[in-house]
Amino acid sequence: MKKKLLVMLLAAAVTTGTMAGSVYAGDEGKVINIYSWNNEFRERVEAVYSEVEKTSDDGTVTTLKDGTEIHWIINPNQDGVYQQKLDEALLRQADVSDDEKVDIFLSETDYVNKYTDADAGVAMPLTDLGIDPETDLADQYSFTKTTASDQDGVQRGSTWQCCPGLLVYRRDIAMDVFGTDDPEAVGEKVKDWDTIKATAEELKAKGYYTFSSYADTFRLYGNSIEESWVAPGETTLKVDQKIMDWVKDSKEWLDAGYFDKTVKGQWNDDWNKSMGSASKVFGFLLPAWGIDFVLSKNWDGDEGAWAVTNPPQEYNWGGSYVHACEGTDNPEHVKDIILALTADKENLLKISREKSDFTNTLSGMQEAASDDENFSSAFLGGQNPFKYFAPVAENIKIAPLSAYDQGCVELIQNTFGDYLQDKVDFDTAKANFETAIIERYPDITEIQWAE
Amino acid sequence: MKSKKPNRVQSIVAHIVLILLSFMCLFFFYILIVNSTRSHADLQKGFSALPGKYFLQNLKNVANDGTFPMFRGILNSLIVSGCTAAICTYFSSLTAYGIYAYDFKMKKAAFTFIMAILVMPTQVTAMGFLRLITKMGMYDSLLPLIIPSIASPAVFYFMYSYLQSSLPLSLVEAARIDGCGEFRTFNQIVLPIMKPAIAVQAIFTFVGSWNNYFVPALVIQSKDKMTVPILIATLRGADYMNFDSAKIYMMITVAIVPIIIVYLLLSKYIIAGITLGGVKE
Amino acid sequence: MTKKRKSISYAKWGYIFILPFFLCYFIFSLIPLADTIRYSFFEYYRSGIKEIGPNFIGMENYASLLQSDMLKYGINTLILWVIGFIPQIVVALLLAVWFTDIRLKIHGKQFFKVVIYLPNLIMASAFAMLFFTMFSTNGPINSILMGAGIIKERIDFMGTAFGTRSLVGFMNFLMWFGNTTIMLMAAIMGISVDIFEASELDGCNSLKRFYYIILPLIRPILAYTLITAIIGGLQMFDVPQILTNGQGNPNRTSMTLIMFLNNHLKSKNYGMAGALSVYLFIVSGILCFFVYRMTNDNDPDGSKAAAKRKAKEERRRRR
Repeated sequence: MKKKLLVMLLAAAVTTGTMAGSVYAGDEGKVINIYSWNNEFRERVEAVYSEVEKTSDDGTVTTLKDGTEIHWIINPNQDGVYQQKLDEALLRQADVSDDEKVDIFLSETDYVNKYTDADAGVAMPLTDLGIDPETDLADQYSFTKTTASDQDGVQRGSTWQCCPGLLVYRRDIAMDVFGTDDPEAVGEKVKDWDTIKATAEELKAKGYYTFSSYADTFRLYGNSIEESWVAPGETTLKVDQKIMDWVKDSKEWLDAGYFDKTVKGQWNDDWNKSMGSASKVFGFLLPAWGIDFVLSKNWDGDEGAWAVTNPPQEYNWGGSYVHACEGTDNPEHVKDIILALTADKENLLKISREKSDFTNTLSGMQEAASDDENFSSAFLGGQNPFKYFAPVAENIKIAPLSAYDQGCVELIQNTFGDYLQDKVDFDTAKANFETAIIERYPDITEIQWAE
Repeated sequence: MKSKKPNRVQSIVAHIVLILLSFMCLFFFYILIVNSTRSHADLQKGFSALPGKYFLQNLKNVANDGTFPMFRGILNSLIVSGCTAAICTYFSSLTAYGIYAYDFKMKKAAFTFIMAILVMPTQVTAMGFLRLITKMGMYDSLLPLIIPSIASPAVFYFMYSYLQSSLPLSLVEAARIDGCGEFRTFNQIVLPIMKPAIAVQAIFTFVGSWNNYFVPALVIQSKDKMTVPILIATLRGADYMNFDSAKIYMMITVAIVPIIIVYLLLSKYIIAGITLGGVKE
Repeated sequence: MTKKRKSISYAKWGYIFILPFFLCYFIFSLIPLADTIRYSFFEYYRSGIKEIGPNFIGMENYASLLQSDMLKYGINTLILWVIGFIPQIVVALLLAVWFTDIRLKIHGKQFFKVVIYLPNLIMASAFAMLFFTMFSTNGPINSILMGAGIIKERIDFMGTAFGTRSLVGFMNFLMWFGNTTIMLMAAIMGISVDIFEASELDGCNSLKRFYYIILPLIRPILAYTLITAIIGGLQMFDVPQILTNGQGNPNRTSMTLIMFLNNHLKSKNYGMAGALSVYLFIVSGILCFFVYRMTNDNDPDGSKAAAKRKAKEERRRRR
């Protein structure tokens, strides 16, 4: 009971807090607390936010020109420590002094909805800050705005990056099998699922795998589900037809030998190795960060051996969102930071050039797409990847999100991994998923499977 | 010296077994060290049994990163683990001696109680513990990592078992007749006898505390109070741009050095135990 | 001073000596523990950032756990524990006896003593990470086995229940046998030198010495080892968690009880986690009670049994 009361009190405090914030604008607290799981955001703030004076050597405090201090509260993502600490801080938000209040916090696409949820009431609607998404964020990709919005369509966060994914392939394998490594020609061969399946057969005939593992294609299906995993206000989890298609297709592909059977999922040694020169894998489905920081690090051959082209289906993979926290005592600064980091085209282009992010500016990215001088990549043999990223980003239709996504995505891949590898039968995999999901989300009462 | 022949066979067998086991132990240790000498790019490409050339580079990367307080972390870990090992073994011995050597009404109840709580999984109470220390104002401080170790049922039980097998009560009686106070008897007569046991448990407690991640990660917030495992987790949680698995392996390697030193220092006492005459009846 | 007064004042010292322990325990463990038990009767968890409950639901958490696969995870835990513990205790006993036998010359004894403890120094999570790399399908162990011609096709170690369980057992063995050896060594060192000297005069060989002197005399520590190993086994977590990515794959055959508990803690399901903890508490309590009874029956330090055996031996020899 006590806890319930606390939540209500929190909600009440939050509304009054917001009102107070706008009244006392200009007379703000001296400390801005930013919660994050790494230094990514701090480095971007330092790079482009003009108010930054200096950051302390240990990276915990950034002083702004007006004397306000940004305190960086970094907790590792490992074992869920970040979300745990953030949740505790959010629950305490009403009880602590102004200088201890959370002012900004970050979230990732996989769990952004947990915090933007209107009932949770922790991420402030941008309009309350004085940001009008219609005008101020007009140049952002619309799917990032949808992602950061609650069930009523109120935007409660903003991002500087977006992560459209491409198909990146080995030029030498393309030459060997198709007789050409031209991105346009290869793009034609992988333009949709039916075509790429025929192409997979061609690759197989020459002893190549199309992709490394069944987990590689998951994002494409997972991003295109029709309904969210759990509809707002409901406790029924619906496994979408698209997810079942992924299971079915993956099984078919794996059995047909289009995937490398020894690679089980991503982010493990086998996966890394399948990006090396000794591997027989033709391509990967990766966003900008994946090409620059995963693929290029795993590649042990010459530069220019890879090229990008359109994926069989548009998708997004990753992305960090910036939220203003309800109850913040620094609404003006928070607004300023969010606008500078996520809505200023010059700043965003600078981030793209310096940090290789694909940034959240539609017109800026279109310019980058034709600016071969600044944006072509030596790793891709001089190809300008933005030329392919930009149209994908424009065509992404983000799947309806729910606060349960992180667990669902993780658990469905894990439990059906067993099935795909013939360790368990289909029904056992289903049962295992149901068990796992109810452990993770005790409030789920029913699980419905698409047929 | 009578049975020299079987001893030789036994000795050969012993050596073979020991070498085999040592090989297994060292093998994984070796891999760890090799990994810390390779660059992130090399590591991503897969395994290699040969060391790379990045040892110093990796060490520099870890030690000179201004945002990453490696030395501070090692110092914090040393403080926490050292204090924990000291107070844990001292108070456990004290408690064990209290229950072993004295007759009092609650003796049996106290013993049964400690044996009962011995089996409580630590993960279970972690959340309540966090709430409690927050209320007590000890959040983000090293104290809650140290003080609770006064009550370590497992260490108590070890000490108690050891006393059972090595401390004749006649010795305590003798000390009393000599006019020794109770605390002095404990500190000057009982503790030296328990040296091997204390050394053993001090090592285990030290290592356990050194490698503990779960509780410190919940309690510690500020950077200058982080212990080594939290720092390693921070490295592992770095974003994809700064992610450097070589740094992780290097940090793990660096973190092992202090515990090996402590182990070497303390293991002398375990051996010293055999020459201790105090046990003779 | 009369004798009576003396004993009363000694009792006081007993209380004083155990006071810090109990004080500390009451503050730092009992209060959180009471919370845990209390919440086991409540519906109390987080949904996203919202707290649900606590609502009193009586024994519902306990009932729904009984209907879950809890028993299966218990059996998994037992299997994983046995695979690791049996070699661990056998090897540790053997080594402890060898290391403490002055008649047995072992070259580089100090070196071996350090080396066998090394795996225990590496963080369990780091160790599991290494294992994961070593035993992956395209990993070095497979390459070595292929190169040596022992196997023809790469083994998918972590793809089978047997493989994963063996790996977890092997890791637990490797991490803990050094620790156990040191503990047993300390126990053997605690045995009075006189007894060994006497036995030597009596012409005891190594085997006899082991059965009739060492084993009975270190019984309390052996019981300790067994009990802590059981507790450690019930609490097995890090190694299978990291090796199987928290899933206990394949098909949850390596899911341990604490991994199951961790799943509930991850969802902040304090009610269910509390109930599971109480079950764990009861089970480990019962197990330890039996072990304690078995190893300590009316003979707290094993000296009586030793004396009896020795006397028997004596008689046999005289005959």
